[in-house]
Amino acid sequence: MKKHNIFKSIPLIIGVSFVTVLTIMMLVSLFYTPYSPNAMDPSDRLAQPSFTHLFGTDNFGRDIFSRVMQGSQTAFLIGFSAVSIGLFFGFLIGACAGYFGGWIDELSMRIIDAMMALPGILFAIMLISVFETGIRNTIIALGIMSIPSFARIVRSGFIQVKQFDFVKASIAKGAGSFRIIFQHILPNVTSPILVAVTLSFSGSVLAEAGLSYLGLGVQPPDPSWGRMLKEAQPFMSTAPWYVILTGLFITFMVLGFNLLSDGIRDLQDKKS
Amino acid sequence: MKYALYKLSTFLMTILLVSLIIFTVFQVLPGNPAQIILGMDADTQQIAQLEKELGLDKSIGERYTSWLSGFLMGDLGDSLKYQQPVLDVLKDRIPVTFSIAIYSILLTICIGIPLGIYIARTDGRWISVFLSMFTQLGIAVPSFWFAFVLILVFGVTFQLFPTFGYVPWSESFIGALRSYFLPSLALAISNIAVVIRYLRNTILDQAKMDYVRTARCKGLREKTIMYGHILRNALMPVLTIMGLIVADTLGGSIIIENVFALPGLGNLLIQSITSRDFPLVQSMVLYIAILVILVNFIVDLLYKLIDPRVRLKG
Repeated sequence: MKKHNIFKSIPLIIGVSFVTVLTIMMLVSLFYTPYSPNAMDPSDRLAQPSFTHLFGTDNFGRDIFSRVMQGSQTAFLIGFSAVSIGLFFGFLIGACAGYFGGWIDELSMRIIDAMMALPGILFAIMLISVFETGIRNTIIALGIMSIPSFARIVRSGFIQVKQFDFVKASIAKGAGSFRIIFQHILPNVTSPILVAVTLSFSGSVLAEAGLSYLGLGVQPPDPSWGRMLKEAQPFMSTAPWYVILTGLFITFMVLGFNLLSDGIRDLQDKKS
Repeated sequence: MKYALYKLSTFLMTILLVSLIIFTVFQVLPGNPAQIILGMDADTQQIAQLEKELGLDKSIGERYTSWLSGFLMGDLGDSLKYQQPVLDVLKDRIPVTFSIAIYSILLTICIGIPLGIYIARTDGRWISVFLSMFTQLGIAVPSFWFAFVLILVFGVTFQLFPTFGYVPWSESFIGALRSYFLPSLALAISNIAVVIRYLRNTILDQAKMDYVRTARCKGLREKTIMYGHILRNALMPVLTIMGLIVADTLGGSIIIENVFALPGLGNLLIQSITSRDFPLVQSMVLYIAILVILVNFIVDLLYKLIDPRVRLKG
């Protein structure tokens, strides 16, 4: 039995280590990068990875590793903020729908269904086409994009927990809706929400990379992995490491958070 | 019949709501849309002209109903940049996107389902952890980056496939098949991983069922049990994620078309956004959304047809 547990937790261990390493890298980059991420060196363009330039240099002679480090800040910022927006509004909608039921539920779920009918990236692209590109609008678009999944999860959690006796008891006692929602129901729906948070984080990172690659996301001089890939594409055959190493970091981050969410789900299944 | 009618009404309702959402988003354009489209140095006469073309002199309600009813009648409005009906602009683009999308979904089915079955049958712990990690990787990889890797390996190093543009089907079937292969595979990778994971779970769930034990007691061979009994039941839930896969494929093709310089809908969408051709963007978004909703509607009906147990709300 014990052996089984170890096998089960391998993905979680890998997930946690990826996320930890990336977090440390992001924190370090706030104070230190090997080179200035924007310092150009025309004499050292598209240099191969070496001890002086760990990941080589780009077409302007900028150190790719330093830029990747700095890009992690944007990835974390966008992931964190988009998830916060999605969680806040998704929770609000889902909690109201699940708690009050009736026409509120019917109406909000219809709208959520309609939002979900649009492919996520298309929805974000549509929002950005109307507003403008840049970090702030990318965050808003990705935040709105992740509202529906949060709303659904929170709603089904609420409907489930509402049936429990202790909730019914406190309704009978005359506790207010606010108190019931935050004190009684919320603690019981945290783990599915946590799963959704990690998944939506990786989804936002992936979507940001896609948007920035299309030129609709983060704009220079703000660093972004997606933009770096766009800039690297013309040099794909002359400097393949530029494309490959940058993309690997997006993959690591998304994979890390996905494995984390899988692990949390497994733990939660075991508990129940 | 009641089921079909209920689904039809939700189908129409969703289209209505989606169109309303899309329309609303384009209404909150900050400032005067005509001014934004034409740029700062446009003169007032030009702006007034465009305002009239866009119907900005009418009320919001009128604009919405005329847009939606026009859309449903096949009049998708006029593109500003191309100075012709949106439908004419889309006509050349649609076959390209459809080719990649259908190709990619076929690849997903042909690779994902056999692999899912194979993985469900291999019950080693190491191997299942390894394979589960591998499918997670498939989901995590950004499709456009995977496309770069494919281009590097198959296009540049081995020179097996063309890396940009396409050959029309009418010109050469094999040529088209080759030219669409890399974009379709890049697009399919995450869906393949999803299908494998999903199918493996449903097969393992089904394998615990009583009817499987009965079949085994009857002395049936494992192969017969797998293909004759389990798979029939395990494949059905996979159908439900088809809607998701189609949505993902159409969304993903927006990016992939730009990697391979394919003149499809996604490519046009990005160009139209850059040139601020809002009528075209608005109609294209609705067009793609309706495709996705339609597929979901068909999946629902098919599901009912295959599995008569499916009931309303239940």
